[in-house]
Formats: sequence, structure tokens, C-alpha cells
Amino acid sequence: MSGVRVLVGTRKGAFVLNSDGKRERWDVSGPHFAGWEIYHVKGSPADPDRLFASQSNGWFGQLIQRSDDGGKTWEPVGNKFSYDGEPGTHQWYDGTPHPWEFARVWHLEPALDDPDTVYAGVEDAGLFRSADGGQSWQELPGLRGHDSGPSWQPGAGGMCLHTIILDPSAPGRMFAAISAAGAFRSDDAGQTWRPVNRGLHSEGIPDEDAEVGHCVHRIAMHPARPAVLYMQKHWDVMRSDDSGESWHEVSGNLPTDFGFPIDVHAHEPDTVYVVPITSDSLHYPPEGKLRVYRSRTGGDDWEALGTGLPQEHCYVNVLRDAMAVDSLDACGVYFGTTGGQVYASADAGDSWAPIVRDLPAVLSVEVQTLP
Amino acid sequence: MIRVVLPAHLRTLTRVNGEVELEVAGQVTQRSVLDALEARYPVLRGTIRGHDGGPRRAFVRFFACEQDLSHERPDAPLPEAVATGAEPYLIVGAMAGG
Repeated sequence: MSGVRVLVGTRKGAFVLNSDGKRERWDVSGPHFAGWEIYHVKGSPADPDRLFASQSNGWFGQLIQRSDDGGKTWEPVGNKFSYDGEPGTHQWYDGTPHPWEFARVWHLEPALDDPDTVYAGVEDAGLFRSADGGQSWQELPGLRGHDSGPSWQPGAGGMCLHTIILDPSAPGRMFAAISAAGAFRSDDAGQTWRPVNRGLHSEGIPDEDAEVGHCVHRIAMHPARPAVLYMQKHWDVMRSDDSGESWHEVSGNLPTDFGFPIDVHAHEPDTVYVVPITSDSLHYPPEGKLRVYRSRTGGDDWEALGTGLPQEHCYVNVLRDAMAVDSLDACGVYFGTTGGQVYASADAGDSWAPIVRDLPAVLSVEVQTLP
Repeated sequence: MIRVVLPAHLRTLTRVNGEVELEVAGQVTQRSVLDALEARYPVLRGTIRGHDGGPRRAFVRFFACEQDLSHERPDAPLPEAVATGAEPYLIVGAMAGG
């Protein structure tokens, strides 16, 4: 019988949540790496038992853990992330040049077809690749070395490369997003990159339509229609129909278009999920009601989904990497909150129930659909 | 024989209970002790100091014989009591936070 495995990264460890295809009863294991920040855990599409986890803390730095048995056991692999060549500088918060310094790995993206290849998005923003199962890491310097690199500035959470999307239809095409530089695309497997931010409009930067400098929070793609991208920007929910060449706003009737995560239904490329957050200064849901919003029209028309979610006194946030979908029928949707709840919907968002309520603040949620 | 005490998170990482005992060839310095420690436990590379013997991480401290050695030169000899194993060399996660 099919099942799902939910991989949860939190401020104080990783948790693995398993269920069968009904998604009613859950086995919870963890904390793995107790006491460490786990920014992201993700499984290889080519070998679902191979998982990678980003483990870090302020005292002892960065580690990468790998499991080859679906999260039962883990072994540390390589943790040396050295920028290629002379790192140079980017802009600091005060506008002064600041040396590029590695802080942590925000996001791990295993390759679609090779369990030994995995990409890492790091702070300060850079893209690394391992071709030996995480034992060694090499920067793909074309991204950080883009002409605009010295002008990139960190967002409030640090200058992080938080989104890596591999296009299944076009070998070598990949997307990356950086707070607060924007979205970038490579068509040559990460060797060269160009900004793909045309159509983004950001108040709060000197040139509101600048080529770079936008605080992109998250990008999502449906693998069956990879030319269409959805973006949750600092403010604004955006859509591109041409692989990022241009963007248009699809915030429509959302109560607020500020938020962090965005994801797409596994079987319906026009069904999109966001979690509206009150504002950039109030990182909690409007009116204290936790609601996922779903569009079945690829944006613009949104419906609130709150059944089973707290509808009063709820002041949690949902971070950018903390939402995922499974590929069962009906599609399951999952998200974690800074209050430590992981909610699941086994009916594409119509109703929700918590899998767990009292984890440490959730940083990331990924889901694997198992045979 | 040099005795090294790791902080809790690094004991978990190395799967060590209690102290680590190391043989250090030549002069016993912070660098030679850390080199020997990382050779025994490669997973510690990058967690105490930079890779390839780089500088101490900001929130890691080195104590021995009731002294803070964190700001001593890496190649300065460690106290005789550490070199003989009478006293341990302590690697400490600094108090940080509130």
C-alpha cells in the first residue's frame, strides 16, 4: 500500500512522520540531531530512501547529514562549503561592501535522476553542487559571479539562496531565488545565470522595477507544465507563463498578498496554495485565523481553506520552505508553523488536521510519496 | 596521553561518551591537539575551527587548568598538566544568548 513520509526540519531537530495512504494515523520519529537547527530535509527523487539534511547551529556551524534508509539512520557527509576563488563582496544592510561569508545551508535539492547529485542553496547566497552523495561540494560560481552580485543585499533573514528548482523537461534548466536579489535562471546546468525578474514590482527598493533586488520568498513549478512558475514575493503573488521571462501579478482577492510559501497541487497545475500573512511587520495570519488560500484557476481567484485550522487567537507564521504536497489521489497538502504544528490535508486542502502540535518552530516540510 | 572534553553536541556527533584520549606527537599545542582530534574524528572538521586548521569558531572556547586559552596562539605550548594528562583540555560551547 502506498504511503507518505513527511520530513520536518525545526529549530531544534528533524522529525520524520510516516503514514499509509489514508494519511489518518501517523508514526512520529525524532528529534533527529536534537538541539540543532535543521533548515531543510529532502529526499532524492531517484532513490526515496536517500535523504539529505542541513544541520547547523551558531556554535558549531554547518553539517550535512545523509540517510540511505529513509531516515532511520544518518551519517554526516561533507560540510566544507568554500566559495570559488576570491569571494569578493556584496552589499551589507547599510549599503557598504561586505565580504561573502558562508553561514548555513538553507535548501538542499537532490537531482531528479541521480541520487548522488544534490544542490545546496546557502547563505551568503551561493549555489553548491555535490556529485558524490554530499561528501564534497563545489560552488557553481556563475550565479554569485553574475555582474549584479556585488549589488545584492540581504533580506531581514539573511542573504539566502532558498529556492532551487530543476526543470524536468529541459535538461540543464534550473531556477534559483535569493532574498533579496530575486529570481535567476540557468539553461546550462548552472554554469551561467541571468536574472528573471521582469514584471516584478517592489516598493521599498530604489528602482521598483529593477533587474535585481526583489525579495522573492518562494517559487513553485508543476513538473507537468514547467514553463509556468508561481512566486510568493515579499508582497505580491506572481505568475510567469514563459519560464520566468516575464511575471504578472495574480494576487487577486487574497486578503493580503504578503506571505512565504507557495506550492502547486500534484495533479492540477492550475491549483495553487499560499498562506497569506498580515504584513511584512506582522508575521502572523490576518485576524488571528490560520487559513490556506487555494486558487483553482492559476491565481487571481482564491478561496479560503480553514476547516480544521485554528480560527481564533492564532499568531504563528508559515516559513517559505514549510509547505509541500504529496502525489496521492487526492492530493495531500502539508505545512508547518513557527508554533510547532504540522498540519495535513488529505483532500487537497478542503479540511485539515494536525499531525503533531508541539514541535519546535518548523523551518521546513517536505513530503515523499512512497510506493 | 592528552585528555579532551568535548561539548555535548560534539559528543553526540562523534558518538563519544566521556573524555577523548589522544596521543599527540611532538609539542603539545592547541593546534596539535585539534589536529589529532580531527584526525580521529573527521566529522569535527569545521565545527571547532575553520576547515584546514582555520581560526576558532566565534562561539567556541578552549579552557584548561582554570584558564581561558581561547585567545592564545594556536602554536603556544599547552600547560604541562595538559601535556601529561593530569588535566583535561576543555572545548566549550560559549555561553551565548539570554
